[in-house]
Amino acid sequence: MLLVAGVVWAMAGEFSSSLPRAELWRMVREGVAGYTAVKGQEAGELIQASGETWRQLRNGPLFTGGAIVLGGTLALLALFYLLRGQVKLEKPRTGIKILRWNLGERMLHWFVAVLFIILTVTGLTLLYGKAVLLPWLGKAQFAYWAQLAKWLHNISGPLFIAGLVPMILIWFKDNLWRPGIDWAWFKALGGLVGRAHPPAERMNAGEKGWFWLLMTVGALLSITGLLLDLPLFGLERESMQMIHLIHGVSAFLVIAGALGHIYIGTIGTEGALEGMIHGEVDLSWARQHHDLWLEALEKEGRFSLAKSDTRIERPESFFKPEK
Amino acid sequence: MARMKFLCDDERCIECNACVTACKNENEVPWGVNRRRVVTINDGQAGEKSISVACMHCTDPPCAAVCPVDCFYITEDGLVLHDKDICIGCGYCFYACPFGAPQFPQDGAFGVRGKMDKCTFCAGGPEEDNSEEEFKKYGRNRLAEGKLPLCAEMCSTKALLAGDGDIIADIFRDRVVRRADRDEKPATATAPWGWGKAYGDKSS
Ligand code: HEM
Ligand code: SF4
Ligand code: SF4
Repeated sequence: MLLVAGVVWAMAGEFSSSLPRAELWRMVREGVAGYTAVKGQEAGELIQASGETWRQLRNGPLFTGGAIVLGGTLALLALFYLLRGQVKLEKPRTGIKILRWNLGERMLHWFVAVLFIILTVTGLTLLYGKAVLLPWLGKAQFAYWAQLAKWLHNISGPLFIAGLVPMILIWFKDNLWRPGIDWAWFKALGGLVGRAHPPAERMNAGEKGWFWLLMTVGALLSITGLLLDLPLFGLERESMQMIHLIHGVSAFLVIAGALGHIYIGTIGTEGALEGMIHGEVDLSWARQHHDLWLEALEKEGRFSLAKSDTRIERPESFFKPEK
Repeated sequence: MARMKFLCDDERCIECNACVTACKNENEVPWGVNRRRVVTINDGQAGEKSISVACMHCTDPPCAAVCPVDCFYITEDGLVLHDKDICIGCGYCFYACPFGAPQFPQDGAFGVRGKMDKCTFCAGGPEEDNSEEEFKKYGRNRLAEGKLPLCAEMCSTKALLAGDGDIIADIFRDRVVRRADRDEKPATATAPWGWGKAYGDKSS
């Protein structure tokens, strides 16, 4: 390595002595700054070559890659729905309601979810609007929407972060990885395929995966978004280009995750959405999807199994019948 | 139709910044924005070189390629102009441009960007030629008056040339051919890179 660097260095030296002008313009191409009387960041830089790289990456791989990831996720979900259909409740509803999400949790969830959707729609407008919306809206109409979209995206970002932080706090414990239970859940594909019913706690392994995706990649998305949002930190163009690309890539990862999450939470699973809306789920649902959580609740005496007319396949001893 | 171009001859530019000032004055450019700037490489050292730079009206403009609202348009003279009514101030053109041409007046709190501003080759914008509105948004439309950009017109050493690319190239080629005796001053050779190789100059 050092040797190669040395040779290159020597060559460069030779180059510079024999062709001073070539050397000068090579420096300019590499973005070496000169002096300028004009005030402004990077004003002394005659040529910044990374701009063209950024353009190629954004208009190329990010644009097409993003479309493939989104289109592919949607296609897979549609296919899955056609093949598997909705995961139905296997036992009739008991009428016994179990509190799954309290009011605070539900409000936080929907706050973040609504902002997420706004951010997705407005963010995608900036990347794909020119190709998709502009042709049928016309330039003036589209610019009107794009201006609004940019503004919405810019202000929703910090609000989204304000929702993400308490979310990590209140759901952190429920999402800690429990190797025994969670790997088994994954091996059984969460009961989505086939009829197996892998045990799960309050959050199953799939939900935990989504939580951690949001808390890691989503955090990256938030930090890069914040840096793009406030062109205040004196970051140079090259950093902004990099930050923008990281923002774009993480956006697609998180959107793909969200599509899966939304699918499973709505049409994918009977009875899941009502929990996040009303806060309560039916006992049958809880037993089918989150049996270990139910057992724990039982132990705490939070509900009575005796009132239920369904029986469980798991050993009776797990449950303490009401006196 | 002619393809308009700028060319700055670094053998002639004396870094007087008259082009910068002329541009600001002629176009009444927004506060904090300089559409043109002069950069000196190796300032203060022997062989320093100055170049006046603004939008180069690229043939395949990166700014237009990344603009999310497609607000750029290319005139029949090959100029890359933009429509401020459509611009959303996202700054993408500024990230993409190799020459740092697009600039933004600060508009409101948190450094929010206003509408992008850049060199128009003194050709205004989409509004009616020489209308009040065009002047307010883009500055003077000298091309519509049959004149060339003021920066180049008033350059005292005629380092900065603007106009039909073919004519400009001819002027520059002519200069290069007539330039000082390059055989005698190889170290400060004024000939373009590769000249020595091509024309048998042993020393460069
Ligand atoms: C669900 C979360 C988010 C998604 C899906 C998302 C998606 C996107 C997309 C697709 C773009 C456009 C990229 C392009 O045009 O090339 C973008 C740009 C941007 N995003 Fe996000 N983003 C999210 C969250 C955030 C957050 C949390 C912030 C700020 C705190 C933020 C701030 C920005 C900014 C400032 C831009 C540049 C747009 C401009 O300056 O006009 N984003 N985002
Ligand atoms: S703004 Fe920059 S990228 Fe666009 S045409 Fe001018 S020099 Fe080229
Ligand atoms: S700042 Fe304006 S001109 Fe530049 S890319 Fe954004 S919308 Fe287009």
